[in-house]
Amino acid sequence: MADVSFLLNGELVRLDGISPTTTLLDWLRESRGLTGTKEGCNEGDCGACTVMVTDGDGARALNACILFLPQLHGRAVRTVEGIAGPEGQLHPVQQAMVDLHGSQCGFCTPGFVASMAVAHMAGATDYDDKLAGNLCRCTGYAPIIRAAEAAAAAPVPDWMAEDLAALGTPGSDMPETVEALAEWYLAHPGATLIAGATDVGLWVTKQFRPLGPVAFLNRIPELAGITVTEDAIRIGAMTTVTDFGAAIAAHHPGLAEMIRRYGSTQVRNAATIGGNIANGSPIGDSPPALIALGATLHLRRGTKKRNLPLESFFLDYGKQDRNPGEFVEAVSIPRQPDRLKCYKLSKRFDQDISAVLGALSVSVEDGRVTAARIAFGGMAGIPKRASAVEAALVGQPWSLETVTAAAAKMAEDFTPLSDMRASAEYRLKAASNMLIRYFHEDQGTAANVLEVSA
Amino acid sequence: MSVATPLPHDAAALHVTGAARYVDDIPVPANCLHLAFGLSKAAKGQLVSLDLDAVRSAPGVVLVLTAADFARVPDCSPGAHDEPLLCTGDIHFAGQPLFLVAATSHGAARRAAALGKAEIAEETPVLSIDDALKARSFFGEKLVWGQGDPDRAITGAARCVEGSMEIGGQEHFYLESQAALSVPQEGGDMLVHSSTQHPTEIQHKVAEALEVGMHAVRVETRRMGGGFGGKESQGNWLAIATAVVAQRTGRPAKMRYDRDDDMVITGKRHDFRIDYRVGFDAEGRIAGIDFTQFCRCGWSQDLSHAIADRAMLHADNAYHLPHVRITSHRLRTNTVSATAFRGFGGPQGMVAVERVLDHVAHAVGRDPLEVRKLNYYDTVPRLPETLPAGMEDGRGVVPGPHAVPQVTPYGMPVEDFELHEMTGALAESCDYAARRAAIRKWNEASPVLKRGIALSPVKFGISFTLTHLNQAGALVHVYQDGTIAMNHGGTEMGQGLFQKVAQVAASRFGVPLARVKITATDTAKVPNTSATAASSGSDLNGMAVRAACDTIVGRLAEFIAERHQASPREVIFADDRVSVGRESYSFEEVAKAAYESRISLSATGFYKTPKIEWDRIAGHGRPFFYFAYGVACTEVVLDTLTGENRILRTDILHDCGSSLNPALDRGQVEGAYVQGAGWLTMEELVWDKAGRLRTHAPSTYKIPACSDRPPVFNVALWDRPNREDTIYRSKAVGEPPFMLGISNFLALSDAVAACGAAYPCLDAPATPERLLWAVERVQP
Repeated sequence: MADVSFLLNGELVRLDGISPTTTLLDWLRESRGLTGTKEGCNEGDCGACTVMVTDGDGARALNACILFLPQLHGRAVRTVEGIAGPEGQLHPVQQAMVDLHGSQCGFCTPGFVASMAVAHMAGATDYDDKLAGNLCRCTGYAPIIRAAEAAAAAPVPDWMAEDLAALGTPGSDMPETVEALAEWYLAHPGATLIAGATDVGLWVTKQFRPLGPVAFLNRIPELAGITVTEDAIRIGAMTTVTDFGAAIAAHHPGLAEMIRRYGSTQVRNAATIGGNIANGSPIGDSPPALIALGATLHLRRGTKKRNLPLESFFLDYGKQDRNPGEFVEAVSIPRQPDRLKCYKLSKRFDQDISAVLGALSVSVEDGRVTAARIAFGGMAGIPKRASAVEAALVGQPWSLETVTAAAAKMAEDFTPLSDMRASAEYRLKAASNMLIRYFHEDQGTAANVLEVSA
Repeated sequence: MSVATPLPHDAAALHVTGAARYVDDIPVPANCLHLAFGLSKAAKGQLVSLDLDAVRSAPGVVLVLTAADFARVPDCSPGAHDEPLLCTGDIHFAGQPLFLVAATSHGAARRAAALGKAEIAEETPVLSIDDALKARSFFGEKLVWGQGDPDRAITGAARCVEGSMEIGGQEHFYLESQAALSVPQEGGDMLVHSSTQHPTEIQHKVAEALEVGMHAVRVETRRMGGGFGGKESQGNWLAIATAVVAQRTGRPAKMRYDRDDDMVITGKRHDFRIDYRVGFDAEGRIAGIDFTQFCRCGWSQDLSHAIADRAMLHADNAYHLPHVRITSHRLRTNTVSATAFRGFGGPQGMVAVERVLDHVAHAVGRDPLEVRKLNYYDTVPRLPETLPAGMEDGRGVVPGPHAVPQVTPYGMPVEDFELHEMTGALAESCDYAARRAAIRKWNEASPVLKRGIALSPVKFGISFTLTHLNQAGALVHVYQDGTIAMNHGGTEMGQGLFQKVAQVAASRFGVPLARVKITATDTAKVPNTSATAASSGSDLNGMAVRAACDTIVGRLAEFIAERHQASPREVIFADDRVSVGRESYSFEEVAKAAYESRISLSATGFYKTPKIEWDRIAGHGRPFFYFAYGVACTEVVLDTLTGENRILRTDILHDCGSSLNPALDRGQVEGAYVQGAGWLTMEELVWDKAGRLRTHAPSTYKIPACSDRPPVFNVALWDRPNREDTIYRSKAVGEPPFMLGISNFLALSDAVAACGAAYPCLDAPATPERLLWAVERVQP
């Protein structure tokens, strides 16, 4: 049971003794009668349930279907009903959606309006990215983008301001320091730690999995954030993927570009780097990139801390080198010249789980390969380095001949599976070709369809 | 006049504020029950036993039903009586409902349903087209239509190619999953709120299940959160389940499928394999074609015969095929029962003939567009552009004997062919020839990336092929204060039908749209309606509403004329006023005066489509009132190392006749293109070897996202009056533009072809994987 306080469309809500895995969407629709926010998929993939959530870091769009009420503690929620003004005035994005025919069946519309209102508030105009997490089956998106563009210049209505001070400093029953968490988790090693809930949310909404005791980590500020020193970039486990992408762009733009396509805006705003590592998925997108950069993982159990190369954390499918009561505190990347390219291969460019995620970093001096770190997701039961390929590169002249020969070693490193995303043969072929593409791009040959225009 | 004005969707302001009410948003009494099905995990076998103890004792569970609880298990099929609500012993597909749970909340019902244990004696399922052919598992005999002597024409032709194309299915992915709410009424009557394109069928099937007359069941549908054909027959299950539980418990009962359940239980677009053999001359002029269409229908008939028929009816698309045979096999498999989806088989038939044209062009080494134009139907000269005054709605105008039209493979003369002009106009506006040449040059200098371009036509037949469905009714009331309530049999699923029809009503009365109230579709107001399907919504209901309005307008005109010793023809309804000679009244005054003079201000309207007659066994007649046309040109870029690709630019010219609402029509065109492109590229349904659908959520089934729309997207309407007498000479727009997406597929094939000399023989959907393998096949 949990006690939470938040603002809902400007009004203070205090809930005592709620089930901690109650989703915001169910609560809005079933308990509050706010049916404007829709359930499209109940797994964070369609955006029909998008709401605006504001805290000290500003406003962001989140999927209400996989957002547990305790994650809202101390924040402000604005639903489609609250995006219109108190007298029923339409928000500029709402008016533009009417004027420019941005709705047809209307079911995705509240979610689009929420995402658009957040983008409008931030002055963002990268609509394809901001709306990648909102699916529409009717319009083909064109009129929605026209509406977003038309509303961009209008001022933000005053009713959109959130008075977080009205919340006071509500107490909570959640850990608020790393020490407190470490102690609690040691005492409850079978518990479920909930970071962004973009994965755990589905355990609840789709698998009906009992979670046992839960701890929400969103009240521990010291677990989040990025520190850049001369030697390393340290990323706190609770750093959202959004924040990570923004911070890493200056150091490794290829990684930031991959992050742009990781999940969707709503997912990146909730998902954390620690969560993406700790859940041990073979298809998480950040581990291969971090492995290619030689990242070190920082684990903690009680007061005991332990560091290990990230690739050693992943032992086997579903099995990680993590002891009961031990949790991911941070991951750090050594500072290095940028040679990283990330290739995220999926059926759809945006918001799709990778069939193959290739992260390649090949260092070349005087025409010879001096070092290579190449890691893949989707090619094995864990994120894994391509050791044979790396060995075939190092010391060789940096040429198409070398990469072609090295790419042929991919089958020594991986025996991928066939599933609904891709066949084993395709995964292997595409992974090999990613090395060829890396070489072509390094030589200045156009090899990225996203960089071509009509 | 309200008609032809680009007004927003009637509910736009409700959509954007979250106030638009869908079935799941309707407030329900506290005692409402919520339902969920327990599903079979096996695709074929016998249900030996069900252990439901854990289900019954789960929190919140009120009632659990199996087939054994019914003296007669309700049937959910649209006609063939082959879809029992709950499994009666035979397991037909993975996802088939075995039992039904009613609980105090949606969550409680779902959680309880997951606890059921079924013992099933599993058998080897018939899954693929090949499985079904091997097992001789068909629905009915094969159907063969055609004309001329294709064998001789192909044999005698200078050139011949043959091939086979796999065409994947498609999940509707309406954003609102299926939903129904049944509320018991006094005396055993039932009120059903259903997210359905076909309220009359819901009424019919619920009445049958409850063993009451149709008059005891009222079905109301205000709107759907998307339909696309997926709510033509698939809503029956939920409506029947809720009605049965409501009848047994006396409590309201609601059911909405969780997204994963929806994708597993409900039908999708049919996948096809189409084999072809085509003879042609050195220029690419087709002498004869032999098509064999294999259509995977799934476990029950649903609407499959009509869908497979429409695939045959679009095997010609825009091309005159004097010697052609189309053979159709309808295969029964242990997979979900495929159903209606925008285009209703037409897209599958059409993409195959476009593939043939592409293949022929490749074989003769010509620009595919030239080969397409060479094979187009002839143009029959159009009537004068401007119709004589007073004849704008086309009454009395008949096509003149200008030319003898060519006929389709099913014997229908093509009298309204627009594509020569439209193709010329689009090729010019999008600079097709120069861009094609530039792309070829670009490709020579680009080893990894290749571009492709294609311009393809659409000719789509408008009318239900089951002739009796081409009828519609309407009910219009004028109240004594001058406000108007309008009702018709069509349903609103986002396409803007209600607004278009309201525009018709406002135009007939000469009043502003604000006077006209659009009300929910209701089987108690207009009976015996057809599904809102086959793009027919505004054609049929617009005409029915016009008839109802004209009846009332006629009464009012007579009433006013009598007062002024004038002829009713002299009474003008315009600008919210009714005028005769120099006298002019406000519409309210007229309504009030008419009421006080005991003039009936309510009327029904009825319409049936003229000219159509169709013998589906012979494959001969005029199944369609007219054709709707479109052309699209798509340019793509392809990565030959991974198969990843992007649309770079799309140009469309689409024929909506004289558009009733250009904004809504444009919305249909843009949306349909993206949906059609998705069908042929990223949208892939994958079943495993046990027959379980692996792509049952948006995490694994990918519909186009925002950035997948063409970054340059030029859409124009070919705004010329329909040659047939339709409502204000408009044309149906729901389905035809879906097939403009074929140009995306063909452009990808063109890009693959740039990798070598062989023809790509690309299957659909053209996922990155299929594209990479096609590149490998083509590369020297």
